[in-house]
Amino acid sequence: MAKMNITNRDGEQSQIDAEVGISVMENLRENDYEMEAICGGQCSCATCHIYIDDDWVARTGTRSDEETELLEELECMQASSRLSCQITVTDEMDGLTLVIAPDE
Amino acid sequence: MDQTFVIIGAGHAGGQAAATLRTKGFEGRIVIVGDEEYLPYERPPLSKAVLSGDLEVMRTFLKRETWYDDKNVELRLQTLVTKIDTANKSLTLSDGETLAYDKLLIATGTRVRKLDLPGAELDNIFYLRAISDTLAIREQVRDGAKMVIVGGGYIGLEVAAVGAKLGCEVTVLEGLDRVMNRVVSPEVSEFYTEEHEKAGVKILTGVGVTDYEGANGKVTHVVTADGAKHEADLVVVGVGVIPNFELAEEAGIACDNGIVVDEFARTSDSDIFAAGDVTNHPNSLLDRRLRLESVQNAVDQAKTAANSMLGELKEYAEIPWFWSDQYDLKMQIVGLSEPDDDVVVRGNIADRKFSICYLRDGVFVALNAINAPKDFMVAKKLVAAKKRIDPALLADVDTPLKEM
Repeated sequence: MAKMNITNRDGEQSQIDAEVGISVMENLRENDYEMEAICGGQCSCATCHIYIDDDWVARTGTRSDEETELLEELECMQASSRLSCQITVTDEMDGLTLVIAPDE
Repeated sequence: MDQTFVIIGAGHAGGQAAATLRTKGFEGRIVIVGDEEYLPYERPPLSKAVLSGDLEVMRTFLKRETWYDDKNVELRLQTLVTKIDTANKSLTLSDGETLAYDKLLIATGTRVRKLDLPGAELDNIFYLRAISDTLAIREQVRDGAKMVIVGGGYIGLEVAAVGAKLGCEVTVLEGLDRVMNRVVSPEVSEFYTEEHEKAGVKILTGVGVTDYEGANGKVTHVVTADGAKHEADLVVVGVGVIPNFELAEEAGIACDNGIVVDEFARTSDSDIFAAGDVTNHPNSLLDRRLRLESVQNAVDQAKTAANSMLGELKEYAEIPWFWSDQYDLKMQIVGLSEPDDDVVVRGNIADRKFSICYLRDGVFVALNAINAPKDFMVAKKLVAAKKRIDPALLADVDTPLKEM
């Protein structure tokens, strides 16, 4: 388990015990955060968009070209944008802090 | 007293609707009745990562079992609804029980179309719709196995790609003159045929399957109308699906190639709603009614239905989108193309990164993005806006789609 600090689309903050070995998206889905994640983690739809806290960007890996191309066409893309299905939670991510991006 | 909402169908739409009901604060009783043994799950990976062994079955579940316990959502799995009594607002279940509902959601999806050919009862002839199908196919897939795929649509080709990757000798038999005939342009069909051939898959088009031959109860050959016999250790048939609307129709609910619903997922019975592959629904963005087999539709329409069940009407109208993974090729599809549409190739097909744009009377109506996610993202907006775009501009890759 790794603690994960989440700000939802209403700006409310909460913490979950994230399961290691599955994606951030799967953890958010299991915990009923509002987010579409329609393609189920295949990097096909860009509906699981999150912002990673600046302190954590470097520790959550780098985006693939495919992920970057999807993100770049979102209105709300920021430097810290990621698709949450593309980050697998590890023990080292204990304390990961993120914001769920708006629906678009 | 608390209300009871029953959901028939434990697929993606059914699972999504239950989640939305609870997220929206519904505190009454929720019962999901489903015929399979698994928790509601995502089907798209079944012909892709689950078949290849890259994704564990349990990672396809929309929610874990504990979620249903925590949220007090009752699951009646491996159970069929045999009758809907709309007058008494109750259901008869296959175990004989009667279940009363205040509101009902029908999300019964589709079943595979079966080929009733001589030899169809032989072992190792598979269809692919459920987890159990994928697991059964996987048991027969091994290096050197001869896999014959009947039907060159998305499912058939995705299975072919996984089969080839796992070392099978794969033959695809397609009855029409090209693969994915009904859904993509000839350019895309040709490109995918070449990619499959490069991976060692044999693709035969314009061949109708007439029967199966076997020995010791197992299939050994697939016979085609030209008299050829294709050796097979296993056969996977992917020739489309049929909507499961008989239960609704027998209950007197309006049906027409699916359960007829309005833009709020309401059926002709005011306490009954429907969502997902089974619905014949209107789409104001497309100016017509349609039935769709897609995850996007299942998820979005299920949310609409859940909202409507709670008395909150929100129109469902989305430009349909889909995707198909074959080898390292990701195809993302926006909109619904038709055979008479004008086709514009955007990019160089040989680069394995290009898009096919479809124009109908000058209006941009659909796009297939192959390894071109940017075009997919932008096309969603352009198609929804019913943009008229000059074909010459579309073909110019130096002009980004979003500037059009």
